[in-house]
Amino acid sequence: MRTYVKNFLLSLVGIGLLLGLWAFLSGNVAKDLPSPLKTWQESKLYVVQPWDKRGEMDQGIGRMTFYSLVRVAKGFSLAILIGTPLGFLLGGSPLLARMFDPVMQVLRPISPLAWLPLGLILFRQSEPAALFTIALCSMWPTVINTMQGVRSIPQDYTNVAKVLRLSPWKQFTKISLPATLPYMFTGYRLSLGLAWLVIVAAEMLTGTPGVGGFLWQEYNSLIYSHILLCILTIGVVGFTLDRLMGMAEARLRAA
Amino acid sequence: MAFIDLREVSKEYGSRRVLANINLAVEEGEFVCIVGASASGKTTLMKIVAGLVAPDSGSITIGGQAVTGFPRTASIVFQNYSLLPWFSALENVRLGVESAFPEWSGVKQKDQAMKYLDLVGLGNAHAKRPGQLSGGMRQRVAIARAFAVEPQVLFLDEPFGALDALTRATVQQELARLCEAQKPKATVLMITNSVDEAILLSDRILALRRRVSGKDAATLSMAAPVTLERPRAADLLMHNEEAVRIRARVTDLLTSGAAKNRAERPGATLAATGAPVEVCSE
Repeated sequence: MRTYVKNFLLSLVGIGLLLGLWAFLSGNVAKDLPSPLKTWQESKLYVVQPWDKRGEMDQGIGRMTFYSLVRVAKGFSLAILIGTPLGFLLGGSPLLARMFDPVMQVLRPISPLAWLPLGLILFRQSEPAALFTIALCSMWPTVINTMQGVRSIPQDYTNVAKVLRLSPWKQFTKISLPATLPYMFTGYRLSLGLAWLVIVAAEMLTGTPGVGGFLWQEYNSLIYSHILLCILTIGVVGFTLDRLMGMAEARLRAA
Repeated sequence: MAFIDLREVSKEYGSRRVLANINLAVEEGEFVCIVGASASGKTTLMKIVAGLVAPDSGSITIGGQAVTGFPRTASIVFQNYSLLPWFSALENVRLGVESAFPEWSGVKQKDQAMKYLDLVGLGNAHAKRPGQLSGGMRQRVAIARAFAVEPQVLFLDEPFGALDALTRATVQQELARLCEAQKPKATVLMITNSVDEAILLSDRILALRRRVSGKDAATLSMAAPVTLERPRAADLLMHNEEAVRIRARVTDLLTSGAAKNRAERPGATLAATGAPVEVCSE
């Protein structure tokens, strides 16, 4: 408990130092950067009335975050629905793994900004294009971790399947799947983090309502304090998502 | 032809010869122990008999049928328990029952699993996961899983190797009890590095060893029948003359003597009863 309190206080000090640096920079170096106080004053309306809808691009931060989260949930679901079976397939078959390894290595480092125009050409609408981009960018950790998990199923467990003469389906549900689950969840956590990174880029380019879209819109409207509000929101939400997935993962490992 | 029958089985890993010309005959209902030092090829031999590893040459039959995969009527206990950590003790045992008796109702399968957990004294711990059980308890679950499928053939691959001495003694007695109680009696092939364990449990002891300076492949080299009455208490090993004699003999065979080995007759089969017979499998 004492270390818990200590850590909490220390992190408060860290946040305080950052705010200090921010205030210093906005006051002395970058005059266009709103100070923490100004940011708060101008963002207050959006924070204390988070669900208000005053216009398409003028909505409370809670509502904007919700739009983004729904979009991420869709894209992320798509990513794990494609990524998990793909991971099992590649993990189970060294032949397929060797076949697709170069393809994966090439597709993996492609930025969401590069995928999005392709999505727009393919789907001609911003929403499916955004989902396409999120799924395509965020599925790789799921694929790779699931693959790794399948490959590292201990020989002991495969022997158990052999000597108990389990059917292929039972071997999958009773042995391969539970043995791979912790790896899968590590993949899911990383994928979700990536999906959240991609959402901002996708919304910026497509101009759809959400934290990213709002950020870009306020940049164009020269309301810089709202940009900072969005940045902070993105950080806090991303952190929370990661923590939640981390907790789910820890539970799984303990079980 | 004996129930379990190995003819001229050899195995190499790369250029290393592990087993050479192994002949083995085990009668139905017999409990045979193969004793050997670590890295003598015991586990490889067991895996070959159980159809988990294919030999380079030679034939294996069980009940007259050639062994190609793990036999339907067999079960096995591994040294490292090999329980599935995400299932409870009951679920682990039940998984085996389910695939051995798929025609049974779910209730009957569960009862069967429960019955064998009770037999190894773990009825109360049936809901616990392997991670919550001690090593001895885990191995009991593994033994329950092996017996619950009512096997005709039971393979035991150093089943007590990972247990401390005290736990080892109790679980050994439990295993002996289960084997005695089973009807019809299973044919048991056990691998161990403990001569005492072999004397306590088996009807016949075979020694697996490498000949000259450990460079050659291992061969099975002799049969010592153990005719001691059952149940056999652990202190028997200290006082009983036959036990002492067998131990001296097997230990001697394992530790010494390439010279002795050369004198053995080639091509002899293993005798099930009678005076100790020297057997060689060259």
